[in-house]
Amino acid sequence: MTRPATLGAVAYDAKVVTIWEGFRRWLRQHDLEFDFVLYSHYERQVEDLVEGRIDVAWNSPLAWVRTRRMAPGAQPLVMRDTDCDLTSVVVVRADSTVTDLAGLANRKVAVGAVDSPQATLLPLALIGEVPVQVRRFEVGVGLHGDHIGGERDAARALAAGEVDAACMIDASHLLFATEGTLPAGTTRIVARTDPFDHCNMTVTGSPSPDLDRFASLLLEMDYADPRVRPLLDLEGLTRWVPGRTSGYKQLEAAVDRFGFYDRRGRVTADDYQP
Amino acid sequence: MTVVDLGPVGLDHGGHLLLERAVAGLRPGQQLRIEGTDPGLGLHLRVWARQRGHRIEGDRTVVRGDLPERRWAGTQRAGSRDEPAGQAQPGWGLAARGALVESGGPPLLGVDLDQREMVWSELASKLYAQAAANQWDPATAVDWSPPDLPSEIETAVVQTMTYLIENEQAALMVPARFLGRIHPHYREIVAFLATQIADEARHVEVFTRRAALCGHSPGISGAGGRASLQSLLEEPDWASASFLLSVLGEGSFLSLLSFLEQYAPDPVTARISHLVLADEARHVAFALGHLGEHVTADAGQRDRLRAALERRHDTLAKTAGLSPAVHDSLILIAAGSWTPAAIQGGWDAVQALQADMDEGRRRRLVRLGFDENQAAELSALHTKNFM
Repeated sequence: MTRPATLGAVAYDAKVVTIWEGFRRWLRQHDLEFDFVLYSHYERQVEDLVEGRIDVAWNSPLAWVRTRRMAPGAQPLVMRDTDCDLTSVVVVRADSTVTDLAGLANRKVAVGAVDSPQATLLPLALIGEVPVQVRRFEVGVGLHGDHIGGERDAARALAAGEVDAACMIDASHLLFATEGTLPAGTTRIVARTDPFDHCNMTVTGSPSPDLDRFASLLLEMDYADPRVRPLLDLEGLTRWVPGRTSGYKQLEAAVDRFGFYDRRGRVTADDYQP
Repeated sequence: MTVVDLGPVGLDHGGHLLLERAVAGLRPGQQLRIEGTDPGLGLHLRVWARQRGHRIEGDRTVVRGDLPERRWAGTQRAGSRDEPAGQAQPGWGLAARGALVESGGPPLLGVDLDQREMVWSELASKLYAQAAANQWDPATAVDWSPPDLPSEIETAVVQTMTYLIENEQAALMVPARFLGRIHPHYREIVAFLATQIADEARHVEVFTRRAALCGHSPGISGAGGRASLQSLLEEPDWASASFLLSVLGEGSFLSLLSFLEQYAPDPVTARISHLVLADEARHVAFALGHLGEHVTADAGQRDRLRAALERRHDTLAKTAGLSPAVHDSLILIAAGSWTPAAIQGGWDAVQALQADMDEGRRRRLVRLGFDENQAAELSALHTKNFM
């Protein structure tokens, strides 16, 4: 039996099953033999992609960085429109005397899990040489920050006065304000990263005809189609767009800076246990 | 270019409403300039635009996307607000009648009573309004002072209440089983049945309270009576179940409750019989109304109702029917004492009750279009257990 085009995805939430079962049904209706495998963390997914046990991986940006180090020919097939040009912010309480990154010297900064690009690696790289006491909130380690719990706990610590600053992605800052974790007007942004890209659909070399077809079908998915719209809503995109490699430079640098992976993609962060 | 000024309001403080309102007036591709003094506006504007399929140019210019058009492509109304549809669609789900339904939601499953001709009655709105206006509170509508009756009379009342309770339980469960199968597009029908079920719950309560009022345990639950009620629960067709339960069963109960109000040995029994009678009359009126419309629209429906009654009769042919304990309790209640003359009077009253029930059933069967002979024949097939 020939193996269908097989995708790996990380089950960071129960909805991942709904999403990929739905996409699989739709893809099969469009005559693509397709299946998926769920992983409990990104590291095994990346290793399986590189070993050829899966054909395509729905990768976090950090998983993309690692894949590229392990398989230099890796390519991003497609990505979500909502994953392009994101930013992360460092926020303080509105009444804080801190007005810029330098003002954070020797203060406590709350971040997400050790492997969160948006709530830990990128903002800490932005803080750079300023000496700060980092307090990490390790929720969902191995999920590369897909689990928002660490970010939210960091925000709560800021609101409670336990830390002087907290780091989060832009969308979480708006979410935390609207849900009341950081009520509107109670925080001030002191720094913001340059735009970066988030997840992509990674393949390790030139895509096979099946994977080409997979990418084409994703790009054809139309938000007007009621069969896929609920899935697109769940997955948080309005359309798939062609993948691009230009949005990961900051993260590459942060990974090197903190020694998260080495140049060959081996996990070198001491305190990272997915 | 259109400009919208949010003033000091941030997108984390309701400002998105102002944006949505401004964007709604644009066509895809048109631009909107955003002004505002909230320090987080620039950051949040990007998030907002990204999530809604718009593009940001420069710092504060939104280029409208076409997500709303794509989201609402293929929407349809769930029928018309004022006129229930002939066929309610599963895709309408629980939407209000006439609502604009976004496509792609899950179909409503398990609602097989989804055609107007199966469920609709023009009477439902009126009867629902009556039901809503006439709900009564057992705690205040009845003076629950315990009566001081001779022991055997009290025992007869308790036995009668025991019988009524199980009948009312059946009258609750039958509509409850169908309620969830009716498409909510026909909301008046669903609403009426909900009041019917609530009525029955209240009836179970008041009969239970009366049974226990003087400290007695409930009486006998006869196997024949339970077999009769079980056959109601097993009827899978709503029209047939409604016919058997409400037209024939609750119809017969109108006579029984009237009898109990008339001969009640105590004010509590008289009062609750009176209150329950009014509710039951509404249930009978609804069943007669909707079945009447059905048989008018489909002459074959009458044959199906007849078949259901005959089927139930055959099922119950070998069962005892009304428990002697209930029958004799009714005689004693009507007699009021143990003198031979009183007992004879009680016997006559129960005979008259059964004749009255039969007469009422025949009258209602005629209303459903059966001729006099058919009505008499069918009334005689009704369960001896009354309900």
